[in-house]
Amino acid sequence: MVDLMRRFFDSDIWHSFKRNPLVIAATIAALICLFAASLAPWIAPHNPFDLKTLNLLDAFSPPAWIAAGKSEFLLGTDDQGRDVLSTIMHGSRVSLVVGICAVFLSMVIGITLGLISGYVGGALDAFIMRVADIQLSFPAILIALLIDGVARAVIAKENHDQVAVYVLIFAIAASGWVQYARTVRGSTLVERNKEYVQAARVIGRRSLAIMFSHVLPNVMGPVMVLATLHVGTAIITEATLSFLGVGVPPTQPSLGTLIRVGNDFLFSGEWWITVFPGLALVILVLSINIIGDWLRDALNPKLR
Amino acid sequence: MINFRKLLSASVLLATLLLSSAATVSTAAAPANTKILRYASQDDPQTLDPHSANLTPTNRVISQVYESLVARDKDFKIIPGLALWWSNPDAKTWRFKLRPNVKFHDGSPFTADDVVFSLERTLHPLSQLKSSVQGVASARKIDDLTVDFVMKEPNPVLLNHLYQFRIMSKIWASKNNALTPQNYKSNEDTFASRNTNGTGPFSVKLRQPDVKTVLVANADWWNNASKEKGNVTQVEMLPIKSNATRMAALLSGEIDFVLDPPQQDVARLKADPNIRIAEGHEARIQYFAFDQFRDELLYSSVKGKNPLRDLRVRQAMGYAIDVNAIRQVVMRGLSTPTGSIVPPGTQGYSKEADKRLPFDREKAKALLTEAGYPTGFSITLDCGANQPPADICQAVAAMLTQIGIRTTPNIVPLANYFSKLQKFDTSFYLLSWGATTFDSFYTLQALLNTNSGEQSSNGDSNYGRYSNPKMDELIGKIKSEFDMKKRDGWIGEALLLNQRDIATLPLHQPVIPWAMRKNIEANFAPNNIAYFFRFKKN
Repeated sequence: MVDLMRRFFDSDIWHSFKRNPLVIAATIAALICLFAASLAPWIAPHNPFDLKTLNLLDAFSPPAWIAAGKSEFLLGTDDQGRDVLSTIMHGSRVSLVVGICAVFLSMVIGITLGLISGYVGGALDAFIMRVADIQLSFPAILIALLIDGVARAVIAKENHDQVAVYVLIFAIAASGWVQYARTVRGSTLVERNKEYVQAARVIGRRSLAIMFSHVLPNVMGPVMVLATLHVGTAIITEATLSFLGVGVPPTQPSLGTLIRVGNDFLFSGEWWITVFPGLALVILVLSINIIGDWLRDALNPKLR
Repeated sequence: MINFRKLLSASVLLATLLLSSAATVSTAAAPANTKILRYASQDDPQTLDPHSANLTPTNRVISQVYESLVARDKDFKIIPGLALWWSNPDAKTWRFKLRPNVKFHDGSPFTADDVVFSLERTLHPLSQLKSSVQGVASARKIDDLTVDFVMKEPNPVLLNHLYQFRIMSKIWASKNNALTPQNYKSNEDTFASRNTNGTGPFSVKLRQPDVKTVLVANADWWNNASKEKGNVTQVEMLPIKSNATRMAALLSGEIDFVLDPPQQDVARLKADPNIRIAEGHEARIQYFAFDQFRDELLYSSVKGKNPLRDLRVRQAMGYAIDVNAIRQVVMRGLSTPTGSIVPPGTQGYSKEADKRLPFDREKAKALLTEAGYPTGFSITLDCGANQPPADICQAVAAMLTQIGIRTTPNIVPLANYFSKLQKFDTSFYLLSWGATTFDSFYTLQALLNTNSGEQSSNGDSNYGRYSNPKMDELIGKIKSEFDMKKRDGWIGEALLLNQRDIATLPLHQPVIPWAMRKNIEANFAPNNIAYFFRFKKN
């Protein structure tokens, strides 16, 4: 363990990290978001979903530092008297869960198809890559909307709310796997002719085993970079869908839902209901993107 | 190289063509005397069939296109419409002399046959507008321009009801297989639910559900010389669901008129020099109603019995609602709390029957305990996905949860909401009811009479299926009583009974702020229908 730690602190990545204050700030911001989101039920100042504690007369309180604000609601309250800070914490939880699960699912789909495509080659490769090309010609949001629409038509309205989150995860995952498949396929094409792969083939290992236990670890570097950046994109896609009203149901508001609800009160001057969730979304996605960018540079031997 | 040049010249040609066609579109703008009113509201008409569903968003279009024997002037007094005059020789007969030389939009003449046909269509079991001919048994054609209505029971306020009786062309209906009303409950699609042919000031030029409805002025309308006539020649009705988008469109001048600006933005609109607000109380009550019919609720944690049949539970709900908080926060002051199911100004309204249960959480909890629910229960509250009902539902759900009735608001898109209620697929719902005839009987009969299925209009909007023989008896007496003093007394009794029984739980009467650009002139109408023929665009 100590050895592992020493190796980590000796590594190039750590040195690059130490020298980069922007990345340090981004990491801290991302960690705070992650911490606040995952512990929301325990550390949020209020439980915005406990109807028992809501008081309609608290609605539309401005943030605490404005004259009419109340100190118990740091970032103000929304139209039903819910604490904005607490709804943001709960909302980022939904956003992060959807984002991370969607990325994981895309990774699984993309890596599998990419490995098969690159390793097997031939007609199967051509087929998978053409499907990928076709999908790349559509914007991701369109594919997600399409899947969500089909799901709405297939699933009865009564059950839709319960499965909405899973549909959303699947929709975002299905719109994002192509990047992984193409990256993995490219690397696999290079790796499959290397000696270690040939050696494995000679000793009689099965193709599937070679793909996953030998080729896969050697193509994971770029995939990790992609995945980090994709978390940001997935969160944005989720927010967009929820903003359009086709994402998570209003009973489990995500950041996008909160922004949509708050949007109704922009003209009347209650800006905090939409601005703070928006700000939280910006901070979360920006910090993830900065980390992802840095990771891409740090892992690229050509830029060292 | 030649190829490349060819390609280039082809693409230049294509671009020129595209540009020139775009230019034609913009120069092909209508002549100077066309006045297009761009109108927006959050709702889209559910159907264009004038006899299938009695829903206000539908009425907002239908009443521009179809007309009745009687009309109302801008002060809502009854005046002759498609009938020139009428008489009531005996309690069982009404004679209408029809206006000559009136033409439907398709050019066919309006005659007594159309009136007889429209009456039959209105009395069809699938019609939800039977109340518009309350008491009428049949119609008899005397000659081409004279019709007798034969009453099965006398109706002292028949003319008030008839205002909603729409006359459709018989020839057109039989040609297009639209002799019977559309089955709205099962979302049937018919020719008459998408097309119209009335005699009114506007005809429907384009109908794209949930996108756009375009009306054009009827140049041959019989009443084009009316003093009240404005100058609008075309109306584009746009459903814009998003509050912010609707507001932005009005502020930027992209639309001229918004029927339902969000409450929270009214103060800002009033301060805007380019916007005019026409404000007034709508003749409408927003109310809660309960499934009081089933032995076990469809959407509740209580099994084996129906808690909403216990008066104490309904009373507890009444005590739990802080109507002033709703007025102040959700409605931004644009409502008047009420305990009456009919608004002030309605014939028969009684101050005595307009008392709310005070907001008293402790009393509510005590009543629940007394009714045998010391730890409360859970229930689903259905409401339409428009504003402000959706916001009211969320607020009330919190208030009820605080006394122990754990309430989940179920916000249903309007396109499905009414058919859901009409199938009685609800336990507890929020709805609003307009006093369309400006007489209490219409409200009492629709909301409080025992539901009679498709046989008559008795209880046809009583989706909770409240039933009380005493109430039915009172409504039956009110129905045919010509002595207005006696009749008002019974109406007062019925309203009091509603208040005592909590058959329905009235919430408030909304104030409607119509918002329009300064160059639009329009008078507020208490039924919240914008009559476009009166609109002026400067």
